[in-house]
Amino acid sequence: MLLRGSHVIGEAAMRAGCRFYFGYPITPQNELTEYMANGMAALPDGVFIQAESELAAINMVLGVSMTGKRAMTSSSSPGISLKQEGISFLAAQELPAVIVNTMRGGPGLGNIAPAQGDYLQATRGGGHGDYRTIVLAPGTGQELAELTRKAFEYADRYRIPVIILGDGMMGQMMEPVEFPEPIDPASLPLKPWVLDGAKGRPSRILKSLILDTSAMEEHNWKLYRKYQIIGDEIPEVERFLTDDAQLVLLAYGTASRIAKGAIKRVREMGLKVGLLRPKTLWPFPKKSLLEMSRRVSDFLVFEMNTGQMLEDVKLSLEGRRRVHFYGRPGGIISTPDEIAKVINNIYFKEGLESEE
Amino acid sequence: MKQVFGRTESLKDTAFHYCPGCGHSIIHRLVAETIDELNIKEKVIGVPPAGCAVLAYNYFDIDMGEAPHGRGAAVATGLKRSLPDRVVFTYQGDGDIAAIGTAETIHAANRGEKITAIFVNNGVYGMTGGQMAPTTIVGQISTTTPGGRNPDRDGIPIDLSEMLALANGSVYIERTSVDSPKNIIKTKKAIKKAFQVQMAGLGFSLVEILSPCPTNLKMSPVQASEWVSSTMTTQFPLKVIKDEAGNLGAAPPSE
Amino acid sequence: MATKSKRGFIKIAAELCKGCYLCESVCPFNLISVSEKLNQKGYHPAVYDEEGIGIEKHKCKGCALCALVCPDIAIEVYRE
Ligand SMILES: Cc1ncc(C[n+]2csc(CCOP(=O)(O)OP(=O)(O)O)c2C)c(N)n1
Ligand code: SF4
Ligand code: SF4
Ligand code: SF4
Ligand SMILES: [Mg+2]
Repeated sequence: MLLRGSHVIGEAAMRAGCRFYFGYPITPQNELTEYMANGMAALPDGVFIQAESELAAINMVLGVSMTGKRAMTSSSSPGISLKQEGISFLAAQELPAVIVNTMRGGPGLGNIAPAQGDYLQATRGGGHGDYRTIVLAPGTGQELAELTRKAFEYADRYRIPVIILGDGMMGQMMEPVEFPEPIDPASLPLKPWVLDGAKGRPSRILKSLILDTSAMEEHNWKLYRKYQIIGDEIPEVERFLTDDAQLVLLAYGTASRIAKGAIKRVREMGLKVGLLRPKTLWPFPKKSLLEMSRRVSDFLVFEMNTGQMLEDVKLSLEGRRRVHFYGRPGGIISTPDEIAKVINNIYFKEGLESEE
Repeated sequence: MKQVFGRTESLKDTAFHYCPGCGHSIIHRLVAETIDELNIKEKVIGVPPAGCAVLAYNYFDIDMGEAPHGRGAAVATGLKRSLPDRVVFTYQGDGDIAAIGTAETIHAANRGEKITAIFVNNGVYGMTGGQMAPTTIVGQISTTTPGGRNPDRDGIPIDLSEMLALANGSVYIERTSVDSPKNIIKTKKAIKKAFQVQMAGLGFSLVEILSPCPTNLKMSPVQASEWVSSTMTTQFPLKVIKDEAGNLGAAPPSE
Repeated sequence: MATKSKRGFIKIAAELCKGCYLCESVCPFNLISVSEKLNQKGYHPAVYDEEGIGIEKHKCKGCALCALVCPDIAIEVYRE
């Protein structure tokens, strides 16, 4: 099927058994909201509400999630900021949810061009309190489908909000996609913690208020232990031409697509350059990066911001390798040629050609 | 001798943490009694607020899911859309529903969400220590209106219930009070009707309940109750604000 | 039902009482007063004055007004 990226996410969500979508219009993600409006209307059990705000939308997700059903919302940067209180509540109450952020230039109203300025917001929890969300960064149309399916699976498995981080370029791109078989929501395993009326069982509470400090500390550590497990189980990367690489780029999403174009160009000139592409931004694939660093002396982080994933790369390498950075914030889309030049500069400045 | 008054089943055997003479305690009891009279304990889901009633789930022996401050109507919308045959209600203070949560409430009413809001109007932000609420009456002293609420600076109290009555999807809205036995009985009737409106699938229902907060009024409980009767009701007259429920009596109480 | 002639009594759970005296203020027969003792919460609980008096002498009608206004569900009401 040939579909634009935003539609792929919507289609994959419905095929993952999501029957509840709540959203508020904001460019550049309206195509997804509109796709869900049509899609849910065509499903007998589909529910679509155009909410009065992103605040309302995320809290509608919260309500559905309390009943154990798969729910999704989507927005773009400013709207995601509004959702953060709700995401914090989802994290605190350990409720599954899928939230799509089609990032745009910022801060403030910024612009509607593709950007990656929300990396730190997404990977550090985003809202208040000591929590994390899983953050997935698809790089191809096919991956939009696969990672959307995974987003719902992870959300349920770990009882955690999952962010799909993309941008308007990913949303617009048309690529052939093969979807997995649709899931009948009724076939999903029942969750033992849901609110559905206390029939034949004690009443249940879903809450985040924990006034007792020791109990709150224990809840924080419980979440922490869960995050450790997630950190062990789900990090995912793509390695592109890294086998013999002297210089390895790190980029995700749209930036990784540009990076691949640049790498192909410098490869033609004989430069041994590859790409390590995180598909999970949180948990950050530290292990894969460390493995690579045993052999590779130089890394180039390329982002559409002023250096955010850069922090995770430096934290992972702890100063043991040279980390270079190139970034264009504000919605500027670098060309592969531009990145090829950057690669060239670093490659020769660091004398990588002589190391062969 | 038979017992004619005691603790109802939908309340846990836990003493309320509310201050002496607090209207929240009375209203909790009325909601719980209604749940039991309608026999819906096993199909009701409540949404407590941020406010003095944040711990409502410690008292109600029913399923409850906590909403962020003011977002009750949105959370209830999600719950109800997911489980249309359950009875979903929010329990919200005046700050929760009429300040920070105004938008969610108006739009839920406008969509005709089949949920019920229990709106506890005590004219003050109780939980945070007695600041001005959207419902604080003109001249009333609060910690943030030390010289009394000044309309020029603070605006006048908001009539959320009257505003909600304008919404197409609201069906039943009544303002009552828990300042006297008679009004307590009326309040319970109103709560019951609000639930029945939801159960009949008619649309949005809300009961605004004037409720004494002796602590922040700095009055004795008896005085605070009298203040509600004499002063608060002049700003917020007790009345059925909207009733498009038709003849609910014909419908069986629990579907 | 000739409720008029009915008699009743109430039980006040002193430990649940928070001494708000709303019950005292509504009893039509002034059958509730304030205890001199403190309960564990530190309040002087309300007491029912007909405690220990034979039912036939009760003024209490079991009208439950006191229980209706009691915020803390400290009052149980019994009626013939
Ligand atoms: C986003 C957010 N802002 C502020 C608060 C702090 N807060 C908690 S309750 C409350 C107001 C409570 O007043 P009201 O809704 O009238 O309830 P009451 O305590 O009077 O019953 C506020 C401001 C909060 N919990 N969350
Ligand atoms: S502060 Fe007021 S509203 Fe809150 S518990 Fe005390 S009396 Fe009730
Ligand atoms: S039941 Fe009626 S008469 Fe008896 S103590 Fe209570 S208020 Fe007074
Ligand atoms: S109304 Fe209840 S809490 Fe208040 S004094 Fe009477 S028994 Fe005690
Ligand atoms: Mg209040």
